[in-house]
Amino acid sequence: MDATAATALSQKNLLGIADLSPEEIVLVLDTAEAMKEVGRRAIKKVPTLRGRTVVNLFFEPSTRTRTSFEIAEKRLSADTLNVAIGTSSVVKGETLVDTALNIEAMAPSMIVLRHVSSGACHLLSRICKAAIINAGDGMHEHPTQALLDAFTIRERKGRIGGLKVAIVGDLLHSRVLRSNLLLLSKLGAEPWVCGPATLIPPGLRNLGVRVTTKVDEAVEGADVVMMLRMQLERMQGGYFPSLREYFRTFGMTQERVARAKPDVIIMHPGPINRGVEIASEVVDGPYSVILDQVANGVAVRMAVLYLLAGGADDETVA
Amino acid sequence: MPVVMDADRISRAITRITHEIIERNHGVAGLGLVGVRSRGVPLARRIASLLAGVAGEEVPTGALDITLYRDDLMRAAVGPQPLVRKTEIPFSIDDRTIVLVDDVLYTGRTTRAALDALIDFGRPKAIQLVVLVDRGHRELPIKADYVGKNVPTARRESVQVRLQELDGVDEVVVEVGE
Repeated sequence: MDATAATALSQKNLLGIADLSPEEIVLVLDTAEAMKEVGRRAIKKVPTLRGRTVVNLFFEPSTRTRTSFEIAEKRLSADTLNVAIGTSSVVKGETLVDTALNIEAMAPSMIVLRHVSSGACHLLSRICKAAIINAGDGMHEHPTQALLDAFTIRERKGRIGGLKVAIVGDLLHSRVLRSNLLLLSKLGAEPWVCGPATLIPPGLRNLGVRVTTKVDEAVEGADVVMMLRMQLERMQGGYFPSLREYFRTFGMTQERVARAKPDVIIMHPGPINRGVEIASEVVDGPYSVILDQVANGVAVRMAVLYLLAGGADDETVA
Repeated sequence: MPVVMDADRISRAITRITHEIIERNHGVAGLGLVGVRSRGVPLARRIASLLAGVAGEEVPTGALDITLYRDDLMRAAVGPQPLVRKTEIPFSIDDRTIVLVDDVLYTGRTTRAALDALIDFGRPKAIQLVVLVDRGHRELPIKADYVGKNVPTARRESVQVRLQELDGVDEVVVEVGE
């Protein structure tokens, strides 16, 4: 075993990939491998988090991430509680704090938070005793998505360092992109990003990322192609002429996939918009690992929950 | 630092246990070996290769990590979580006699966790326990079926089993704790 390997996470929360060292990322991925085996058993449940309560607090719609966290929590025998709050009923600021304080009063061990505002998890982590796990905050980070992407890449390619990873799509509104770029550069991959000029945030080049508006250049010789969804719900105004034109210019088609390495894998964090950012036959193609990503999400989230659950609850509420 | 077993004694103990397993089970048909991580795994593999030599039949062998079943996980003050490693049992344990292999039997809590973990994999016909060293001080009603050596110890002492596969040397050492 590597002498420099991490044996624990140094923080109580998982707010973003930015806070993790490369060794900690590898620890999460290694732990997730053990967790994946639990999902292959006849009885897919271990008693590890018995007596712990995890609250899934989702201020934004989500199917995949919330389901995935809930299955992960249940497989570890935690008691889970889902609080789904429609975006319309929530105003930023005090309301979030008040909601959190009310939930905190019921002494959960962990809160899994998704919120429309960047930084919501940081805010909660300062006022809550419970460990906060970021399940996506605004346009900031989505750390468990990046971790499950990395897990899927490592599972397929045996490594992450040195791989050319092309990320194509709506770069401006993507928290998945931010978390992935941080993770990929920490583990020594060679990330390329590609999208319409209007959807390229300033400063990307400073992160050591190759930026292009030509999809063929991004995909050329890539080991991994990661597609991002057009986040129309976050767009006010015209960032590009039409979805049809977007597909013609940036959509992942079989012809474009052919420019990548023969053993390329195609990834997508979901939800997929067939015929917008990715052709239907690519989604269902042999190189697509999109459903592996979903399956791996459970194992990775089990690993995060386990690693953050260390130690006894220091306080019980009457 | 008294060495209570050297390479020779370890090897003879494992050979004897192998023969005891065959005698007690009237052969090796329907047996499966499961080593408890870390040092139970190389011990189980050694027994497997001896069984294959003596009985001329391969006995399926697996590795069990009991971390997720520990009873002290969430009780300690905030500290690092123990590393979880992979459990690999590449055969069905249903209706097999499972020979569970560990290096040291002490409080019995690891064995309790291993039994709980095994039951989640299926319903074995029976479970038997092999340990290289039984050092006493049981806290649970658990007893080994095959013992390499009984080593009377004090609680403040610790028993270190070192194996070629993981530590580069075969020996069992009793060390005095703090």
